[in-house]
Amino acid sequence: MKRRKFDVAAVPAKTAGALDDRFQAATPLRKLLNKVFPDHWSFLLGEIALFSFIILILTGVFLTFFFEPAMTEVIYNGSYAPLRGTPMSAAYASSLNLSFDVRGGLIMRQMHHWAALLFMASIVVHMLRVFFTGAFRKPRETNWIIGSLLFWVGFLAGFTGYSLPDDGLSGTGLRIASGIMLSIPVIGSWVTSSIFGGEFPGTIIISRFFIAHVLLIPGLLLALISAHLGLVFKQKHTQWPGPGRTNENVVGERMFPRYALKQGGFFMVVFGVIALMGGLFQINPIWYFGPYEAWVVSAASQPDWYVMFLDGSTRLMPAWEINIPIGDGYVIPPLFWPTVVLPGILVGLSFLYPFLEARRLKDYRHHNLLQRPRDVPARTAAGAMAVAFFIVLTLSGGNDVIADKFHISLNAMTWAGRVGLLILPPLAYYFTYRICLGLQQHDREVLAHGVETGIIKRLPDGRFVEVHQPLSEADHDGHGALDYVGWVVPKKMNRLGALGPAIRGFFYPIERPAEAPVSPGHPPVETRPEREEITSGESRR
Amino acid sequence: MSTHTEHQAPAGREPLDVNDPRLSRFDIVQEGARRDDIEIVHYEPQVVPGSKAERRLTRTVAAMFWLTFVAGVTFLVVYIAWPWKWEPGRGGDKYFTPLLGLTLGIALLGIGFGILTWGKKLLPKEVSIQDRHDQPGSPEDRRITGETMLYMADEMGVRRRPLLGVSLLAGLVPVGAVAAAPLVGGLISDPHKNNQMFTTGFKPENGKKIRLVREDGRPIRPADISAGGQLTVFPGIDGGVSNKHADSPTLLIHLREEDAQKSRANNARIGHGDFMWGNYAAFSKICTHAGCPASLYEQQTNRLLCPCHQSQFLITDNAKPVFGPASRRLPQLPIEVDGEGFFVARSDYTETIGPDFWERP
Repeated sequence: MKRRKFDVAAVPAKTAGALDDRFQAATPLRKLLNKVFPDHWSFLLGEIALFSFIILILTGVFLTFFFEPAMTEVIYNGSYAPLRGTPMSAAYASSLNLSFDVRGGLIMRQMHHWAALLFMASIVVHMLRVFFTGAFRKPRETNWIIGSLLFWVGFLAGFTGYSLPDDGLSGTGLRIASGIMLSIPVIGSWVTSSIFGGEFPGTIIISRFFIAHVLLIPGLLLALISAHLGLVFKQKHTQWPGPGRTNENVVGERMFPRYALKQGGFFMVVFGVIALMGGLFQINPIWYFGPYEAWVVSAASQPDWYVMFLDGSTRLMPAWEINIPIGDGYVIPPLFWPTVVLPGILVGLSFLYPFLEARRLKDYRHHNLLQRPRDVPARTAAGAMAVAFFIVLTLSGGNDVIADKFHISLNAMTWAGRVGLLILPPLAYYFTYRICLGLQQHDREVLAHGVETGIIKRLPDGRFVEVHQPLSEADHDGHGALDYVGWVVPKKMNRLGALGPAIRGFFYPIERPAEAPVSPGHPPVETRPEREEITSGESRR
Repeated sequence: MSTHTEHQAPAGREPLDVNDPRLSRFDIVQEGARRDDIEIVHYEPQVVPGSKAERRLTRTVAAMFWLTFVAGVTFLVVYIAWPWKWEPGRGGDKYFTPLLGLTLGIALLGIGFGILTWGKKLLPKEVSIQDRHDQPGSPEDRRITGETMLYMADEMGVRRRPLLGVSLLAGLVPVGAVAAAPLVGGLISDPHKNNQMFTTGFKPENGKKIRLVREDGRPIRPADISAGGQLTVFPGIDGGVSNKHADSPTLLIHLREEDAQKSRANNARIGHGDFMWGNYAAFSKICTHAGCPASLYEQQTNRLLCPCHQSQFLITDNAKPVFGPASRRLPQLPIEVDGEGFFVARSDYTETIGPDFWERP
């Protein structure tokens, strides 16, 4: 046997050495592999948005191979018989072909649409998480602003995207968009005419929207997402308070391998859910809507969910027209306020919020520890107010469907929305504030008096009292000495380990069952060594 | 303020010699982490090697990956072999997309949950603590960087040679404008070209009045619409029934006698006395609010509802808005019947069609 000249086992080490010679990668790579991430389920919400974005790019690239962004009139002659012989734009015809004549095209289209809806939904939920836990505070204001921008850029991506098929529904949306642009004082007609290349609808808007939707907006999204992630990486993730967790450290797992594995698995799960939705749930069946014709519309014409709040604000707006009697007279139509001014205010408010709050609290320190929503009642209540505002508007965006399904007068729905928009947010503020205070008080109560055991004891004099399990040694006046540390206070006996852990295994136990709990009649009152750790806030697995 | 946590090894700790043969691989990992200011404070295997629990978890994870294999192969089989072309009345194709979604979804979920289980259950649990180091730079560092930048300005000598700065600015401003000019200049389009915002397809051509036609281009006689009925009509010109004249669709309504009387009286009140012909009235279908077709006509109340934002227009009162966000009445088209007995527009609309804008008179 010949002597092996080539030592296979040494190849990885030699390659790695050669790479490090050239790129000096070893130290930075070790830092990357070692980077510590705190873990909490709510930190994964933003990742759903990131993963949806990746799926949007993958499916979107597929769609561009078959979509023709042109408004040239063609006569449809594809598989879908009900529309054969109908004159329509090339964009609509190619969208139909994508759905009926490209093998697997329909599932790609539907996955793309579902991924877009999920993208926006996870952005909103992620934003709520960041808001209610105070993760936007210094030093993370920049990332909060980038995140808010991502919502609006995603909004534009969605709108330009669902306008592309040029079907009856999206054409109506486009018509409304042109009306919104027209309503801008002074420059409205110039803006509209320039974007549409003349009078609505013109012949160029689909190809302009196409390049915006496949190049400009995704490029911007990619840049913003990169900056967003880069800042998270640079500034390190916030963490919940807990044992050993301070404002100056990060407690969690190193990025590789466990954390990264979980990320990879989670991506596949998001991808899988979108695939299931794309295959099983119909979305945007453009073939039912027919080509866009300026005189055709049907009831229940709703935009995608993240646009509905603006549709709702438009519906609720009273017909207040402002006339300026100079010369021939000028006019600010009522459409201007709910569709241009309102989003402008919302953008401004969300951008400024971190600074407004810091100013109000005179708090300019770095904050790396999150806050429980109950501990900041004013912010939580303000957030609830915003959510109530958004929900009233979104429901109003579908008020004709609600009126139809529940046999309510349409006008009554509009009035309910107008009144609700003014009354519900302050109510939401008040109730949220009270609930936060109540929760705070209960936390303090448990820390002072202990956990309710559910055991009723009768005293010699005939009174009944509930037995409480104190969380710490009582001081001289009978109160516990634990401070609230901004994290979960155990409120049930099994959170203190008073019940045995669940037996593992699906059909039969794979481990020996833990020791049975002590008799329920005699709750364990003596301090057990592990009990102290739990009270200090470790989350339960 | 110290950037170290209480878990940090005391300062001045000797770094380990990683070439020491007695060190395990984990010792080296831990040492590497320390050099990045990371302390692995808790490291606990979740399964005992060779235990029943480990074997069971391994089987579970492997089963998920095999599920992915089966679902993936099924996807390919369905994709290749299943009838997928849409054919009226057959329906085999209607399972094609759901099957693709189901198999692809299961395949991806299998691999996803497999990896998740692997990571969450089989890998050791750990708690590591890393310093944030998010303190701002020291005052000295800030000072040095600031001075460096100021020195750059000194080197350029802008303060001593202001002419250079002003001249550079003078040069750059037009260059910036040059970059914007093609974009603005190319895109800009005069909204008032050919008076397009104030005219529709019903504008008489060379004094010839335009006929009202149906969607298929046929002209309309009064007898074609029964009392209480309505019809969407278009200008009888080339492309009149297309989106090229998106502002022209018009609703021709045959009012009942008493409604027509009311309508005529209200017409006369605003000087539109001769806009109707007999009991027929024609209103623009393009909503004055956001431009949707206001197309839901309620015969009993003579209200026209726009389905987009629920503006309601009272047809018998010059189509004035009575509910919802619209603030302006639907323009009325003056109509008559020509010598051959077909409807024609006497003139173009006298008011602006469609959504409002700033310079609408």
